[in-house]
Amino acid sequence: MTQLPVIEAKHLDLTFQTNDGPVQALKDVNLQISKGDFVSFIGPSGCGKTTFLRCIAALEDPTGGSLTVNGMSPEEARKARAYGYVFQAAGLYPWRTIAGNIRLPLEIMGYSRAEQAEKVEKVLDLVDLAGFGRKYPWQLSGGMQQRASIARALAFDADILLMDEPFGALDEIVRDHLNEELLKLWARTEKTIGFVTHSIPEAVYLSTRIVVMSPRPGRITDVIESPLPKERPLDIRDSPDFLEIAHRVREGLRAGHAYD
Amino acid sequence: MKRVLIPVITVVAAIMAFWYAACVPMNIKFALMTAERQGEVVSPEGMMTRRDMSAFVLAARNPGQWDDTWVQAKPRLPAPHQVVAELWSSTMEVNPTSKRSLVFHGWITLSATLLGFAIGAGLGIVLAVGIVHSRAMDMSVMPWAIASQTIPILAIAPMIIVVLNSVGLQGLVPKAVISAYLSFFPVVVGMVKGLRSPSPMDLDLVKTWSATRAQSFWKLRLPASAPYLFASLKIGVASSLVGTIVGELPSGTGQGLGFRLLSGSYYGQTVQIWSALFATAILAACLVAVIGAVERGVLKRMGLG
Repeated sequence: MTQLPVIEAKHLDLTFQTNDGPVQALKDVNLQISKGDFVSFIGPSGCGKTTFLRCIAALEDPTGGSLTVNGMSPEEARKARAYGYVFQAAGLYPWRTIAGNIRLPLEIMGYSRAEQAEKVEKVLDLVDLAGFGRKYPWQLSGGMQQRASIARALAFDADILLMDEPFGALDEIVRDHLNEELLKLWARTEKTIGFVTHSIPEAVYLSTRIVVMSPRPGRITDVIESPLPKERPLDIRDSPDFLEIAHRVREGLRAGHAYD
Repeated sequence: MKRVLIPVITVVAAIMAFWYAACVPMNIKFALMTAERQGEVVSPEGMMTRRDMSAFVLAARNPGQWDDTWVQAKPRLPAPHQVVAELWSSTMEVNPTSKRSLVFHGWITLSATLLGFAIGAGLGIVLAVGIVHSRAMDMSVMPWAIASQTIPILAIAPMIIVVLNSVGLQGLVPKAVISAYLSFFPVVVGMVKGLRSPSPMDLDLVKTWSATRAQSFWKLRLPASAPYLFASLKIGVASSLVGTIVGELPSGTGQGLGFRLLSGSYYGQTVQIWSALFATAILAACLVAVIGAVERGVLKRMGLG
């Protein structure tokens, strides 16, 4: 790819000052993410995968190196509505309907009422929740709530979708279904997606690139380009290619733990 | 309905039974004295003999005089029906504008309570908003708010009356100030808790949308605080009423349920005291019920009910 990277990290360092002394959460992280990539970050807890995602979203400030999003600083990118963020919990407001929740970022960003209604309809359709706009969050299943939160992140047409273990709290069957849906959504919208997970099959199934990280200090140990086609039925997970990548990810994770 | 009614009736009946039973030892000495004067035979005879005897022993030895413990004009402990009768006659059978009417006194107390509660709740909410948004206020206001509640209200109420009187304020306002003094505290505590109830994730989320402080306040913190606010408003309104009553004791205006309690105790009118107490309790229950109804309505409209 010749185009400019959407996200570019160079020698990124982040050290937290804690009561037990400094903790190096990220050390010398170098990564380029291109437009339309689906990049998964995988690694054991404490490897800095979530921290890196939070740096991209300007929720944490790196202490060294450089990080650009769409050629801007993360802070500027946020103001330019470059990304939507999906957390592990759906985090829907119980006092707002599903449509009301999806409308929330649009209200904050100052869209007109007509635009709000139009965009809400569009993303509800995108995540297969058309007709559920008037329901309250508690009336929906966990999987549907998470879909609503993805719709909320998509509502304002950001190019980048940052997802921090979005399906971590869901059961396997629902997770499989949502993974499939997410791939379709990615194909339709051509977003750039950064996806944090600790499930190897999930990472391999979804990604075009898999970033394997290891802890103490948090760093990238391997970046795997997936040879899998863009079109991925669920049973691709039994193909030799899939198993080979999964194996390589597992090896990478093990290597990161070698000194333990 | 029946499953609720039976336990409720049982509890009320148990309280009534205990109350009537308690009237016997409480009032037996006076009952025996009166009976003896009227020539009846009581055991043991002679007021001086009975003076240092246990009320329970006297009650046990004179079951024939029990009836008289429930009908005295100035009993130590009035019987329930006496209190009910006094409540009835002082609300229904006298002109509501008369100084003998509990409706009159109740209104005086209620108006000061409502004003005090409005001031207290408003102040509480404003302080809570400040505390949540300013670290300086968090460090400086909260300790004072807590300290203010450790001072006995009975000690500070007369001071407030005197100070405000010297600047020309009397009647409603000083009582409302005391009432506000008591009621702002639960509102501050509850509201701070409520405004801080959004999780770090909720706050990060609005941050990713570049929401301003005002936007995250109106769209996240404030609605999230609603259930906490109502819980503390219920406590606050009850404290408000207590504050007003305490304020009426030294204010010397001769009006209000607090004054009714005080004058009852001056003249040994125990029935009057108890009926004023009950009027206060009923008023408090009504105020809490009104807030409860508003709470249900609001939370239901918010989809939280």
